[in-house]
Order: sequence, then structure tokens, then C-alpha cells
Amino acid sequence: MEKYAVYVPKLVTRRENFAPGHRACIGCGEALAVRLACKALGQSVIIANATGCMEIVSSPLPYTSWRVPWIHTLFENTAAVASGIEAGLKMLMKKGRIAQKEIKVVAMAGDGGTSDIGLQALSGAMERGHDFLYLCFDNEAYMNTGVQRSSSTPYGASTTTSPAGKVSIGQVTWKKDMPAIAAAHDIPYVATACSSYPFDLMAKVAKGAAIQGPAYVQILSPCPTGWRFATDLTIRIGRLAVETGMFPLYEVENGAYKLTFDSPKLRPVADYMKLQGRFRHLSPDIVEEIQTKVIEKYERLRAKAVR
Amino acid sequence: MTKPEGELTWKDLEIGSIVTEPGNASQYQTGDWRSERPIFDSGRCIKCGICYIFCPEGCIEQNAEGYFDANLFYCKGCGICARECWTRAITIVPEEQ
Amino acid sequence: MAKRVGIEVSLAIAEAVKLANADVVAAYPITPQTHIVEHLAELVANGELDAEYIPVESEHSAMSACLGASAVGARTFTSTAGQGLELMHEVLYVASSMRLPVVMAVANRALSAPLSVWGDHSDVMAVRDTGWIQIFVENGQEAVDNVLCAFRIGEDLRVLLPVMIHLDGFYLSHVVEPVLFPEQSQVDRFLPLFKHPMPLHPDRPVTMGAFAPPFIYSEAKKAQEVNLEAAKEVILECWGEFGNLFGRYYSPVEHYHSDDAKVLLLTLGSFSETAMTAVDKMRGEGGEVGLARLRLWRPFPFAEIRQAVRNAEVLIVLDRAISFGGPGGPVCSEVRSALYGEDKKPKVIGFVGGLGGRDITPAGFEEIINKGIEISQKGSDKEFEIYGVRE
Repeated sequence: MEKYAVYVPKLVTRRENFAPGHRACIGCGEALAVRLACKALGQSVIIANATGCMEIVSSPLPYTSWRVPWIHTLFENTAAVASGIEAGLKMLMKKGRIAQKEIKVVAMAGDGGTSDIGLQALSGAMERGHDFLYLCFDNEAYMNTGVQRSSSTPYGASTTTSPAGKVSIGQVTWKKDMPAIAAAHDIPYVATACSSYPFDLMAKVAKGAAIQGPAYVQILSPCPTGWRFATDLTIRIGRLAVETGMFPLYEVENGAYKLTFDSPKLRPVADYMKLQGRFRHLSPDIVEEIQTKVIEKYERLRAKAVR
Repeated sequence: MTKPEGELTWKDLEIGSIVTEPGNASQYQTGDWRSERPIFDSGRCIKCGICYIFCPEGCIEQNAEGYFDANLFYCKGCGICARECWTRAITIVPEEQ
Repeated sequence: MAKRVGIEVSLAIAEAVKLANADVVAAYPITPQTHIVEHLAELVANGELDAEYIPVESEHSAMSACLGASAVGARTFTSTAGQGLELMHEVLYVASSMRLPVVMAVANRALSAPLSVWGDHSDVMAVRDTGWIQIFVENGQEAVDNVLCAFRIGEDLRVLLPVMIHLDGFYLSHVVEPVLFPEQSQVDRFLPLFKHPMPLHPDRPVTMGAFAPPFIYSEAKKAQEVNLEAAKEVILECWGEFGNLFGRYYSPVEHYHSDDAKVLLLTLGSFSETAMTAVDKMRGEGGEVGLARLRLWRPFPFAEIRQAVRNAEVLIVLDRAISFGGPGGPVCSEVRSALYGEDKKPKVIGFVGGLGGRDITPAGFEEIINKGIEISQKGSDKEFEIYGVRE
């Protein structure tokens, strides 16, 4: 990440295309991520949104927080709807029925709507090579419906459908590697980002939007409600996720991996996990297990990366 | 101005329940939610804008002199701005004060 | 000069979509509609149809992609059958309630299990409540004509609803029939360009698909119902204009010797043409028999049904689908319900037959009619009859 001067927030557009007045929880990392993404995307977009936190908080009839064209249909079909929008625009411009204009199609979905129920549509859209940007807002569970596990929930996290209990440590599977799945489709651009690194997030969203063809950006969105931490710690938690290697920031451009943030020594995962209620139940040996796995995965990622 | 809930009839709805007024959620006062509020000290503020960038609501604005302050109509009192401010120019106080 | 060709009905439908100059086709193959989507792919590949062909990865995505395309104002078409129609079930409701005019040809197919690729109406009956305009066709000409009408009706600004054209799987989709294709210039005159009143576009940002809390959901549904009912007028208008331009007139209920018939048989789809042969024979033998053919399924043509049966004493309804544990055939239930409040109404006898591609010959129709008459006289301990099952 390039070194930014501390005053650069003021260079960012002041326009809020994700208008305040939305019903997101207090301190919501995802609302911040969407707000930042909208700043990077500008006016000439059409957004297809999945059912989920951001859709619900931004569009209760008769209100909308959206100042750009936006459509929500169902939970699992975001990438398919985006495909249709892209195809429709292409033909309408080709046939001269609407004016030629650069309009980016952006799909927005949560981790559930991406790596679980929405995986098929996403895979199909990427394989067909549609020109669209897919943003996965990853708060690591089905937060909108009350914190149920998703395949993006990290190992050991307690959710309502993978609760920590007398005979369970919580989630017993490891977080599904969605960026790797996206990269396996050979698309031009894959990236991970986090709302705690706003300029990096905006740069990656802008880059993904500028790409011709499918682009996938997974944005870690800390959730005070579901991860159980104080509402003012959202940004700090996101930073710790990156600094501990739990959520590495990187890009994959035409198959070449590039780490955005690399540290010779990662912070211990306990620093990140101890601040969150969803990990509070974990015994030291589980934490140790997680620590080992995180280092192992990070080293594998680093090995793939271009220096 | 959107009609109050209890007065909306089926004829008031657009086709397919499309909402045609972009961003009309800005009529909704989320400031009612908070139990704490941020106090901005312009004496310590260096006008960097980091609070503005990190606010999930997007309700922090720059006034005529260039100092930042939260729009209390929307501010939910999360405290992120206070936590992230470089110079600790923002303090969180209970709403009753 | 319009040309008359012998053509497989599936291919004819694809040709009609080409004449309509569709913009986007998002389709997934499934027997027995595959020839429709294959031919469309060919037309696009050869540059004969200037459209984006999206080879989606499932029917759910097919209809979802159609939603997206329609929402930006593109003329959209897809096709499916049986299991495919069921897979896109939830998306169908969204298309109609969000007022996105997609046209879909459904090659009606039986539903699993057991797996059956052959034709019956189980798939269409399962989507009765989805809010789409639904039209049945009986032969290749009707299929072509009504695909063209479907675009016109669905995209009309007074309607803005998706339309299904139902044709029997295999019995229509795979047969070669004589079809008169209109000239492109005639179609261009009949079919104006689609202009969605508030499409997704940055120049005028709209929000589509906001969610409805309880205080407003009922209002949204009332608006939808009023709109679907009002669509009937536009359908009649369109069929009238089509008739004036092309000489072929369509109505919600078609008649075949039904005005003076004491015993009426009601059928839908390609069975109607076979039934006509039976009716002719029985009339030749002195029977006061007639045939009513339901063409407009949704919005349900209450007035036309009541009018069609007003002189009949017995109405035998042949359903090609079964509602398990219920009153038998869905069409029979609806017709019976439509007639319930009438002072003078025929006895309504329900038959379910032709399931899973089982054919019914003209002799079979005679049997059904005779059995129906018998039940009307002697009564039955069953709610409905299943015809043609080997005991």
C-alpha cells in the first residue's frame, strides 16, 4: 500500500450515494464498506444487490438510501441479475435505443449470498465473462437474519447455528476461500479489502470497476452485533484481522498474486480474537490450532505472491 | 416529502413498488437511536478528515471554517470517530448530558 | 408476401422471437424445449437475430438474468419446461410483482418423480398464482402468433407484466406444422419498441425491489391484482388488432359447436384438436356435444367461461394435471368455482388424463364424454376421475 498523506480523506468525493438515514446497526463495518465503495464507483453505475443486511437497511418501502440505480430481487441470484443487466445495456446501446455511455454493472452481496446460496450464479457469471464488478461484503455469517453461520464464518466462531456449547467449539469448518474460487475462474481481477483500510478499499473497487470483464472483491466488514464487540472498535478489529493474517489483503491480477500488506511478523491471532464475543469461549489449544493454521495459510499465500 | 406510513394507499405506490426519489431515506432521523453522542473540539481538530472517512453513516461534515462535526440528525453514537481521531479531538458523552 | 412453411413448432417459436427482434435471451436447455433455445442460439450465431444470448447455468439464473435485462428496458425472452419452471418458481413471482415484462415459452412437461420428460400440465398448474399472464396455444400457428402478441401485451405500458405461452411438450414442441410467418415489416408495425417507463439508468436513479413491511405489503399486492385484471382488456385489444392485421382472431375461450351443446367438454392445449375429431363423430351420431377450449388462463376469463357454458347441462373438464389430495384437476376446480355463483349452471364433472405424455385418442375422448354423461346422471363416490389408468 502506498504511503498516503494524512489529509487525503478530503480528496475523496463528498457525495454520499449511500445516503445517511439507513437503518444499519450502530458502528456497522459493512455500511461503512458500502459507503466507501459507492465513493469509488461514482454515478455511472447500476447496482444489483442481494437480500441481506445492506439491502434491508437501505430499502424499506417507501424509503431508499440509494442515489444510484439499484435493484434487489432475491438472495442467490445477484450475479445472474447483474449478467442480465450487462447484456441488456450492451444490446440497447448497440441497437441505439439508449445513448452510448460507460455504465458499470456492480453486484453487491453478503458472504451468504456469495459463498453459499449465491455461489452458482456467481460462478456462472464469472465463467461467461460478463463485464461486471462483484463485491462481497463479508461479515462472516448470515447477519441480517440473526447471526447464523455461513461457509465464510471462521473456525471456532460461535453463531446461532454453530453455537459454542458443551460438546462444540462453534464453527468446525475453516473459512471458505472465496477469492481462490474466484481466481480459479481465471478472471482478470480478484482482491480482498477491509473497511478499516478505506483508501485501499476504494482503490481496489475503482480498479475492479475499471477492468473489462469480471472482477471480484471480497471486503471484510466487521460486525459489532454479530461478532460481539463494542461499537467503536469496528475499525480497530478490521485492522487486527489484517495484521494477524486472519484476513490478508491481496490482489490477483490475471493470475498473479500480490500482497497489499505484508509484515515480516504477524500479530498473534489472540489479539484479534480476544476482543470479540464470538471467540470468547475458545480454549487456549483451539486458539493455538487457529494460530498455526493462519500462519500456514499465510505462508502459502505469500509463496504465491509476486515480489 | 414522503407520506407517513399510515396514509399510503395502494394507488400511491409506483408500478412494481419502485421508489423514484433517490436517497429519500435521508428523511429518517437515525439520531433518535443513540445513547451517547460525540463532542467535537475544534481546538484539537487538525482538519484531517479521518472521522469523516470512518463514519458508517456518512454524517460527519466539514463546517465553514473547515472543522469537522457530526450531524446529530443521523449520528447513532457508535464512537468510531472518537476512537480513530488522531488528536483525540472527539469525546463521547452520554446523551442525557 | 407472408410465407407458409412446414416447420417444427419449437423452431417456429424461435423464428417468432427473431421477428420480434428480442434483445436478450437468457436460457437453459431442458427437454422438451431444447430445440427452441438451440435454434435461438443458431439465429444469434448467424447474425440473423441481433441479441445477447446468455447461456446461463440454471433456470433460476435464466429468469434472474431476464429480470435484469428487462429492468434496463431490453426485450427479453426465455423458454423452459417442467422441472425448469419449478426451479425458477420464486423468481416468477418477482418478475410479475416487479412489473418486468419477460416473455417465456413453456413446453409443458410432467413433473418428477418419477422423472418424465413428456407432456402434461403439471408444471403450468404449479405456477398459477405467480401473477403472470398465461396463454395456451393449440398448434404451431397459434404459438407463433401468440409469441408476437405476448411481447406486445406484456410490454404495453398499461400492462407491464411477464407473459407465458404454454404449448404441450413433444405434442406441439416437436411436431412439424404448417405455419404462416408474417413479414418483418408487418411485425414491426404491430410490435412497437419496448420503452420501460422508469428503467435502471444513471440519468434517473430508481430503487427497484425495496422491501415491504406489513403496513404496505397488502397495498402492493392489491395494486398487482388490479393491474393483472386490467390486463385482460389490453389482451383483447391486442388480439383484435392482430386479427385485423393478420386475419387470425383469438379469444379467451374458443368455441367448437358449443352454442347448442347440452354436453360440453373443456380442454386446454393441443388436446383440443384431437377432441374436435371426437366431437365431430359424436355429433354425427346425433349427440348434442360441443367443445370449449380455454386459451386465456390468467387473468382467468370469468365472463367468457360463464358465457360459453350458459346453455350446457353437463360440463366435462379434462385436466392434464392433478392436485393431489384435492378436488382433482386445477382447471376443473377453477371453472367450478367460477360457475358457483351462477343461478343456471351445468353439472361440472372433472377428469384428469393425459399425464406424463399419455395420449388420448379421439375414441378416448368419446369414452370420457360418455363417462362424464353417466356420472352426471348417476353421481359418483369420487371427487374426480382419472382417465386411462390400467387397473
